Amino acid sequence: MADSTTPYVGGEPSSAPEPPSKGEPLLRLQHINKSFGAVRALTNVDFEVYANEVVGLVGDNGAGKSTLIKAIAGVAPADDGEIFVEGQPVNITSPQIATRLGIETVYQDLALCDNLDVVSNLYLGREERTPILSLSEIEMERRGLGVLHTLEVKLPSVRAKVAQLSGGQRQSIAVAKTILRNAKVVLLDEPTAALGVAQTRQVLNLIRRLREQGLAVVVISHNLADVFEVADRVIVLRLGKRVGTFEIKSTTAERIVAAITGAEFGEILQTTTTDGNGNGTSGGNEL
Amino acid sequence: MSIEQNTSPTENQAVSAASVEIPSYTQKQTVGQLLRGDLGFLPVLLTLIVVAVYFTATTGGLFLSPTNLSNLLQEIITIGIDGLGVTLVLLLGEIDLSVAAVGTFGAVVMGVLINYHGFPAWEAILLGILAGAVAGAINGFFIAVLRIPSFIVTLAASIFYAGLLLNLLNGQATLIIQDPVVLGIAGSSTSFLPDYLGVGLPTLILVLYAVGLIVDQIARQRAGLRAKSLLQLIVQIGIVVVIVEGTVAVLENTPSATPGIYLGVPNAAAILFGLILIFWLVLTKTTFGRHIYAVGGNMEAARRAGINVVFIRVAVFTLCSALASVGGILAASYANSVATQINPSLLLQSIAAAVIGGTSLFGGTGSVWNIVLGALIIGSLENGLDLKSQASDVKQIVEGVVLVLAVTIDALVRRAQRRSGR
Repeated sequence: MADSTTPYVGGEPSSAPEPPSKGEPLLRLQHINKSFGAVRALTNVDFEVYANEVVGLVGDNGAGKSTLIKAIAGVAPADDGEIFVEGQPVNITSPQIATRLGIETVYQDLALCDNLDVVSNLYLGREERTPILSLSEIEMERRGLGVLHTLEVKLPSVRAKVAQLSGGQRQSIAVAKTILRNAKVVLLDEPTAALGVAQTRQVLNLIRRLREQGLAVVVISHNLADVFEVADRVIVLRLGKRVGTFEIKSTTAERIVAAITGAEFGEILQTTTTDGNGNGTSGGNEL
Repeated sequence: MSIEQNTSPTENQAVSAASVEIPSYTQKQTVGQLLRGDLGFLPVLLTLIVVAVYFTATTGGLFLSPTNLSNLLQEIITIGIDGLGVTLVLLLGEIDLSVAAVGTFGAVVMGVLINYHGFPAWEAILLGILAGAVAGAINGFFIAVLRIPSFIVTLAASIFYAGLLLNLLNGQATLIIQDPVVLGIAGSSTSFLPDYLGVGLPTLILVLYAVGLIVDQIARQRAGLRAKSLLQLIVQIGIVVVIVEGTVAVLENTPSATPGIYLGVPNAAAILFGLILIFWLVLTKTTFGRHIYAVGGNMEAARRAGINVVFIRVAVFTLCSALASVGGILAASYANSVATQINPSLLLQSIAAAVIGGTSLFGGTGSVWNIVLGALIIGSLENGLDLKSQASDVKQIVEGVVLVLAVTIDALVRRAQRRSGR
């Protein structure tokens, strides 16, 4: 972890997060509870994300990040609590309902068919058809290209098999798929895990493009450096509770690490100052 | 969403195609990679050529004579049609071990209905195919709904239908078929298309194919998409025309037993190629076909994309068994009889035809046209060894070796692809 300064640089004007548009959040959750038997996975969690905003959802293993995402995506609905999309109360009980509401999730496995080409994957399950019911390949390719162009994705060919693409390109295809479904809220589960440096950059760029398109983006990540680079706001979960919300512009990695681990902020700051700056930050990078 | 609006006119499309597709991103492919990808049919074609050259040389040219080629084509009909069904199932990453039994069962249903119940031939044929389809739907129910491994379900089905057809024939070893309509399909000296159809149909299809390609080419250029070069287009059409018209020419010039009369295109061959053509269109041009590939490639992704995976799987097993019935009925017509003894090598031959043709055993890749090459290799071995008067011991040994080689190559290629991260 040589670039120990990344978390600080990332929050600065280069990626200039605009202040989240105030008013009604695109997606708002209130008092969400979820238990698995005797285990309380989420306790009274509130969550909100605005249009034109990237929210980083961070927390240690078992903090409840995945449980919260699954509740939003409709895969494992919450036990109780309220969900509002554009201010309207909704009841998300299945992934289909989430999709209809414009909430799309990109899981770590990406759910792509390696044996099909890019266009086929983009339109899988919702293919365009000609009047004689055959596949309308030209229309799909044209519109697919349009979306990929907007997201600034570069590929060898949109007729290349997905198996031939790099990890970053595959992630891009999975995200482009959500755009074609007219997503308003995109949830990304560990989008940069298992990617190299250049590919990570590509995906972070993609997340910025999503924000520019007016979408609300939620990024779950263990990599604080990446979160600092793209997120406007960071919400920290710890042991199933929301323990902190940080505006990226006005916070440091140490504060977030303290919230994640539950340590007093002072302690962390002390170890950081005594061990030197690099050490404290690299701890943050590994999380 | 603003995305769709801001990419409307044609000019923008051209820009966006160029800005997304960066040809230089394409990795240089080694010869090995090409052989595993677009040129995957080359080794199969070379094998076929080697086999043909060997048998031609050792039989004094008899192997490549028009009469023998016409026979060869008629011998591979059932392998080809069963192989077509097997290909569909293999695309899902499943297996159907019941094709031979279900095919014979369908033929027996047809024969019994005609001989003992006085059904008109066409009704009996349709009911025979329907019986196969029902058998396939039952297989599909166990496999897709109850999630029992297809290997076990279809193996059990194979034993079940072998028993059922013994029962239907009530101890009779062979059911002789005398119905002129059934025999007329593939089992008589008149089972050939009249010349105007034998030449006309393939030519009409070729014209439609060429027009389709050209229309598509123009539409792609208008939409600003990357299109083939004119040379590629001409070569593609040219190769197909030469293969199809060449085959038709050979068949039309096949002398019959009566001097001065030529046989032409066998009905059964027209049925085989018609079915392959239909399934090629279904697999590549329709949503249903796209979804078959998707389910075979990544079932979980297909499910999450909203594809009805259970329906696709049941439908494919149903189609496979219906095709097996068609194959069985054509075999019965060709042999003028149905035997209770199921052809012991047909099952493995049809699976081998699909796999040798390049359809993966692991699902998701393969094309129905591969069947022709695979079936030709299997058929040529059988036919050539027959010409050399080899008994079934040698034939079975050779076919076993060829099958194991084909499957081994498929598995090794898969592993190499995984290692190179593709």
